[in-house]
Amino acid sequence: MAERSGTTPETERRFTPDPTTTRDEDLREAIWELGKEGEWIVQPVPEPYYEARTKYGRTKKIPLEKTWHHKSCGQCGHIPGYSTSIFWLNRRLGLDYFDPRDQTSCTAWNYYASATSNQAAQAAVAMRNFAAAYQSGYYPLIHCGTSFGHYKEVRHELVHDHQLRRRVREVIEKLGRPFVMPEELVHYSEWMYAIRDRLKEHQVYDLSQITATVHPACHYYKLQAGDAVYDPEIYGGQRTAVVTAVVEALGAHVADYSTWYDCCGFGFRHILVQRDFTRSFATLRKIEVMKEEANPDVVLTHDTGCVTSLDKSQFAAQAHRRNVGVPVMSESQFAALALGAHPFRVVQLHWHATEYRGLLAKIGIDAEQAWAEFEDDLERLKAGEMEHLTWEAVL
Amino acid sequence: MPSDRYQEVPLEDKLRLFEQVKADPRFDDYLYGCYECGICVAACPSARFYDFSPRKIAQTLAREDVELFYEQLNDDIWNCSQCFSCVRCPRKNNPGGLITIMREVAVKNGLRSTKQALAGYTRIIYKIMTTGTQVSPDMLQEDAFPDWGPGVKEVAQNLALWRRALPPETLHTTGLSWDVEERTKQELYLIWKMTGALDMIAQLDEGLHDIMEEVMEEALEEGGWSTH
Ligand code: SF4
Ligand code: SF4
Repeated sequence: MAERSGTTPETERRFTPDPTTTRDEDLREAIWELGKEGEWIVQPVPEPYYEARTKYGRTKKIPLEKTWHHKSCGQCGHIPGYSTSIFWLNRRLGLDYFDPRDQTSCTAWNYYASATSNQAAQAAVAMRNFAAAYQSGYYPLIHCGTSFGHYKEVRHELVHDHQLRRRVREVIEKLGRPFVMPEELVHYSEWMYAIRDRLKEHQVYDLSQITATVHPACHYYKLQAGDAVYDPEIYGGQRTAVVTAVVEALGAHVADYSTWYDCCGFGFRHILVQRDFTRSFATLRKIEVMKEEANPDVVLTHDTGCVTSLDKSQFAAQAHRRNVGVPVMSESQFAALALGAHPFRVVQLHWHATEYRGLLAKIGIDAEQAWAEFEDDLERLKAGEMEHLTWEAVL
Repeated sequence: MPSDRYQEVPLEDKLRLFEQVKADPRFDDYLYGCYECGICVAACPSARFYDFSPRKIAQTLAREDVELFYEQLNDDIWNCSQCFSCVRCPRKNNPGGLITIMREVAVKNGLRSTKQALAGYTRIIYKIMTTGTQVSPDMLQEDAFPDWGPGVKEVAQNLALWRRALPPETLHTTGLSWDVEERTKQELYLIWKMTGALDMIAQLDEGLHDIMEEVMEEALEEGGWSTH
């Protein structure tokens, strides 16, 4: 196999996106139209916003602050450094954000796993969360790729199916909530893309010696494909630009590998009750291929399930002496490390399974000292000297 | 080849289920016929691992092969990983979405194969429907994830302490992924009730349904909601 490097596509062909010839529609005009007809309130993207290009050359508004963080149950539950890093980056850059308690998960993990729900229920869950964001005065920023993809599907259904719209509206009104559709649905990795140059300004560590492979999350760019961010400078506009553009802006090297389009093997139901599938797919089709073709120092991705499958599946494969053993994290965690976030107090790497100390050393972070500091925190928590680790302590 | 499995199931039962799938408002948007090109199969992770093919799903529904449909409804749909890699279909089909619809019909009708496929999964349904968060920190237990290495045990042993060592104020929970307000949960229960999602569980697992109904009724009453 020819050696691959960087994000230059191996073709001379140029892709020139043209919004007038796309194969999927732009819903935003219809969303405003329905707003004018009194079908729902449209929540506009707050200023200042960044204008990013999507797959077919449309412009998407990405809010920079006043964001309402639609958290992910898998991130907060099992890889909490993921969400903590997103919050930390907001604080580090001095951006106003809100971390709500009046939020449920999108419940789509369960829906894709067991189908024990239906269109109206799924749409009502989405619209309840959107109402809560609107009422708080902040704009939804969605942490999970599956929530983002699923909400885009829900939006598509609500725009096209007036019966569903009426039914869901009735439910939301019964809850005493307004019926609100945000002007844009925005994933946090798009926000990361929008602030990539500002991240660079605050960078503490040089990442030029680090090679990363990127796994683009299926539910981010395959579901409602037209509404994902693409950039002619990244992969020649052939693949989504989020994650890769951020990692490159931070000066690390993104190496290519042939199975980039494959999913991570999460499977929704499989990761919980049929993990032989997940383990095999995550290691044989992703990690081993990355190791063989790119030998990365780290695997970076932008979704809950992908971090989980790609990280946790490696333990069993290692026992079988397979060619695995590379740390996995979100680009928010990687960027936080680059900006000097504590690897345990903020990035919370102790929740991850695959060995990450080699990566920290290569970046220039003393893992042993950092762990000692964190252990000291734990002792103080145990002794009752502090109730929780606070933001003040980690900034 | 026509399917000769499930001969004991009357044709009208199979037809009834097939009509339910076709009646889903998303069906027409997810199926436009099929070229048999196999592009979806090449992209499909489950096709690499199981005897499973998104092309066959699309073909069967397009041809209205009710016998094969019934076989797939029982033997195939739970293999899909719902990744939607198959939406690169040149015909603009969404085989994964068709499978979502088929699964919903299978759950609503309480098929035995569905109960088997979801047997180990019901505790997750309880968690998501009653708390609004799907996987909680306290689910990380060694016996549930023995293949994830010794880290799981370490998390379980230190859970409460490690959760307190998280700076975001919402994440100090162990039984939920984050701290969800009581009123928010009550609103979620109303959604499950008003949209028929709670009723679906009765077909799958009556005991689970009854327990959840009780939890929800009690909370709604406490919150002063009228549930009728
Ligand atoms: S959604 Fe299902 S059928 Fe489609 S590619 Fe993924 S696993 Fe295969
Ligand atoms: S990609 Fe589409 S047209 Fe081709 S086999 Fe699959 S469903 Fe049929």
